[in-house]
Amino acid sequence: MKHLTLAAGLLMATSVVAQTPVLSVYAPDYFTSEWGPGPSIEAAFEETCACDLQFSPGDLLPRLMLEGPSTDADIVIGLNTDITKKARSTGLFAPHGQNNADLDLPIAWTDDVFLPFDWSYVSFIYDATRVTTPLKSFEDLTILPDDQKIVIQDPRSSISGLALVLWVKAVYGDKAADFWARLAPHILTVTKGWSEAYGLFTDGEAAVVVSFNTSPAYHIVAEGDATKKAAIFDEGHYAYFELVAKVAGTDQPELVDQFMAFVMSDAFQSLIPMTNWSYPAAQPVSDWPEAFAALPAPSKAVFHDENTAAALRDVAIEEWRSVLSQ
Amino acid sequence: MLSFESVKMGFDGFDLSVADMALDPNIYAVLGPSGAGKSTFLSVIAGFLRLKSGFIRWNTTDMTKSSPADRPVGMVFQDHNLFPHLTLYRNLALALTHRRRITDDQDRAIRSAMDRVGLGGLETRKPAAISGGQQSRAALARVLLQNRPITILDEPFAALGPALKNEMLDLVSELAHERGNTVLMVTHDPNDARRIAPKSILVADHMVHPPVETKDLLSSPPPSFAEYLGQVPNS
Amino acid sequence: MKAIPVIAGGLVVMLVLFPLITVWRWAETGSSFSPADWAALRFTVIQSVLSAGVSCVLAIPVARALARRSFWGRSVVITLLGAPFILPVIVAVMGLLAVFGQNGILNTMLAAIGAPSVSIYGLSGVLLAHVFFNMPLVTRMILQGWVAIPSERLRLAESLGLRGWARFRVLEWPMLYNILPSAFGIVFVICLSSFAVALTLGGGPRATTLELAIYQAFRFDFDLGKAAALAMVQLALAGGTAMITVFAAGKDPFAKGLDSAFSATTLAHDGRIIDGVAITLAIIFLGMPFVMIVGHGGGAIFDLPSSVWWAAGRSIAIAVGSTVLCLVFALALARRWGEVIGSAGIAISPLVLGSGLFLMIRPITNPFDWALVITMVMNATLSLPFVLRILRPQAESIRAEYQHLARTIGLGPMAWVRWVLIPRLRRPIGFAAGLTAALSMGDLGVIVLFGTSDHATLPLKLYQLMGSYRMDQASAAAVLLLTLSLGAFWICEYWGRKDA
Repeated sequence: MKHLTLAAGLLMATSVVAQTPVLSVYAPDYFTSEWGPGPSIEAAFEETCACDLQFSPGDLLPRLMLEGPSTDADIVIGLNTDITKKARSTGLFAPHGQNNADLDLPIAWTDDVFLPFDWSYVSFIYDATRVTTPLKSFEDLTILPDDQKIVIQDPRSSISGLALVLWVKAVYGDKAADFWARLAPHILTVTKGWSEAYGLFTDGEAAVVVSFNTSPAYHIVAEGDATKKAAIFDEGHYAYFELVAKVAGTDQPELVDQFMAFVMSDAFQSLIPMTNWSYPAAQPVSDWPEAFAALPAPSKAVFHDENTAAALRDVAIEEWRSVLSQ
Repeated sequence: MLSFESVKMGFDGFDLSVADMALDPNIYAVLGPSGAGKSTFLSVIAGFLRLKSGFIRWNTTDMTKSSPADRPVGMVFQDHNLFPHLTLYRNLALALTHRRRITDDQDRAIRSAMDRVGLGGLETRKPAAISGGQQSRAALARVLLQNRPITILDEPFAALGPALKNEMLDLVSELAHERGNTVLMVTHDPNDARRIAPKSILVADHMVHPPVETKDLLSSPPPSFAEYLGQVPNS
Repeated sequence: MKAIPVIAGGLVVMLVLFPLITVWRWAETGSSFSPADWAALRFTVIQSVLSAGVSCVLAIPVARALARRSFWGRSVVITLLGAPFILPVIVAVMGLLAVFGQNGILNTMLAAIGAPSVSIYGLSGVLLAHVFFNMPLVTRMILQGWVAIPSERLRLAESLGLRGWARFRVLEWPMLYNILPSAFGIVFVICLSSFAVALTLGGGPRATTLELAIYQAFRFDFDLGKAAALAMVQLALAGGTAMITVFAAGKDPFAKGLDSAFSATTLAHDGRIIDGVAITLAIIFLGMPFVMIVGHGGGAIFDLPSSVWWAAGRSIAIAVGSTVLCLVFALALARRWGEVIGSAGIAISPLVLGSGLFLMIRPITNPFDWALVITMVMNATLSLPFVLRILRPQAESIRAEYQHLARTIGLGPMAWVRWVLIPRLRRPIGFAAGLTAALSMGDLGVIVLFGTSDHATLPLKLYQLMGSYRMDQASAAAVLLLTLSLGAFWICEYWGRKDA
């Protein structure tokens, strides 16, 4: 099997003789869809690179692991900090080669393989027409009235769900189980992914949903609706970064480096807020669009590095599962 | 000449042997008690059942291993002779071609076969829209079109009234004589045999016996057959 | 003529087992089952049993009412019984929530009269959805049993003056006894592999199914060995049940298409009120979600961007391809052992099947170039059990009746299929094709894994719209998807019913 894979890989490599070099970028489906940042990023980069950037959407890590070293990817974009440990252990990635000091993030970034290109805070978003008292802490969630339910994502199938569980663990530590027990009566349901949960929220099924503090920007900018608000907690918020990385075995090393530099450029960074509805990772607040600069933001960022996150993950998920299963 | 040599067959614990014999072109009634294996015998000739041993030959050609369609045999079944969703014309056409397009020669052959059995003008009817007698005629027309030297009929007219049945038997007889065919017809009615079959083949006691004169068989049947006929065996 | 079914059977076995084995071997070892996995197994079985049980119990009065009443619109009601089963899950959940959700019309009405609101989340929500999908299916099966009670027997009961309980015991119970186990088995197996429904309406991790555990093992833990092991447990459960129902089912009530012209029988003159209530409640329960979906998103359907329409076109192409492929396999396998083999696809996890195919194809060519083809093959494999269930009984009786005739006139396999099998099986083929086309249309399945933006299908576009906050457009896309699924079903059915 290995030999076959290798042979096929070689065959493919030799057959690439096109005049225009192709940069193959693996990205999540939401990223490359016509409503995501993909198309405008592709257009902007192709203006400068004399190349053909081809997005290949789908599940990132499962696909990379199935493909192994023979992967066709040159760049992988859209990973997040909760799976970097596993991603790193595949040995498929090379150092990103950019200067981490150029990043403008709420925490100091030290990873030289995975480079953040955007970020936001995991937050509870609420419908201000229903939840009239602003939510200021996790504890406020546990005293919501019965007709104001919360919808969250399953940490076993959703990145934002996992981020929430890690966030609670960071805030409550050993008391996390106790918190889940008190929150449980207020949880309407647990969905497979972010989309289903957010759909329940906008349909009015739930008054509160787990999302990102940048989510209200969409409603403000695209819909002129200021009633969807992010609850800002005093405990601090889990910072959520989306990452880009170089594939070590790329056959287009120059092009890849050019793309990584492009990610850090204003051209790329300026596209992020209005297409991916999140903060750019390498731009000062002064350069952000008005709507983003004006978004309420927490004063404190909570973040687990990948080793802590990996160590906590199974415990935190099992804690969550066993409490909510009762 | 249809000849049998050491033919034995068996399935599901049922055994049947065929006496060695050679059948000249003629009409043979296949008679015998219920469950004796009359239909099984026809199935062997038609090629639906495999032999345990022995050979069946048409003239000098061994047809033991041939598929039903490759045998010189045309068959009329008790029922399911026509596909109910197809017109009579298409049903008959299938005996000649499996293509949708029908050549002029084929068209002529189909129409003349239908005329011969008295079905002219009913080409576009479906089987459900014609009478039982007409369905039997259509089955005979199909056998005509197949143009095989051997015709076998498995209780073909059992569902018809007496007058209609006699009409059909006479038609079978006419066609057989016109073409010099070898005809084997299973029937449970001795009168059918008397009417058209000079010779009869008795199937009884796990054995297909060689043909004898029909009138002899019916006037002095062997005990097992006599019981079936409802006659007191003359001792 | 023998070789074709054997080849087809071999292909299906390969399609199901090779990917599973490939994944298993690739993974080398998987971690052992955790308490959460056992909980998932337990919940999966419990909800499947309950879903099947409730579907069967509720279907009896509805089928009974439809069997013995004739009223204006009856045939429309019977035709529409086919709709919930083929509704894409995501669309159905939207509709159910619009009726039974916190903000749905039921709770709005309860609030208006000052009654406390009801929450469907939890086991009850899972059951609600499963009953919505499957109760109509069971109703149809029982209805056919009812109509098939010979009129002589009805007259006999009439002349004996049997009434009420006695009549039920003599006339109706034997029929139910014949049909219910098979109906129960089918619904049980369908519910075993339910995934998205259980999650959204399940209310929390209590309602975790095996399929979710597979998803988790695959996507999050990347523990392919465990994913394969869980998939095998699921397959064994479903396959075992499917085989029992194949062998246990004497007469197959699922055999005829939705189209059978039911004739109202004179089963009873009493019970008008009960029947009226049963039919009315069923129409409301099954119909309201559709009304709500269309009412919610119908207006915006023509404002959808062209890319969504292109995706719709692609989904139609996939549906056509899957349907043709599935019918080819089904016609070749329409015999008892064929159905046993074909049943293998009934509960194979699409994720595991997809990754297996991926691993198998990758050494040969780029699987992503073949995403649409792979999707077609997978849809065909997953629909095959249903299609065989529908076609097999009639195909066998056609073979029994006409194979001798076909052999004497020398019809080869192709001529047999063209001149006899397809024309004779037209109605069930139409029904089966409609089912496959509609299910393929709504299937997101493995396209997520193999998705490429040039090849997005309509369900994927729907998710993309949801994923980019465009919930209103997603509702409109849901209406489009609903229209296409039901349209595909209706066209195939119509073809089957129309005279040649």
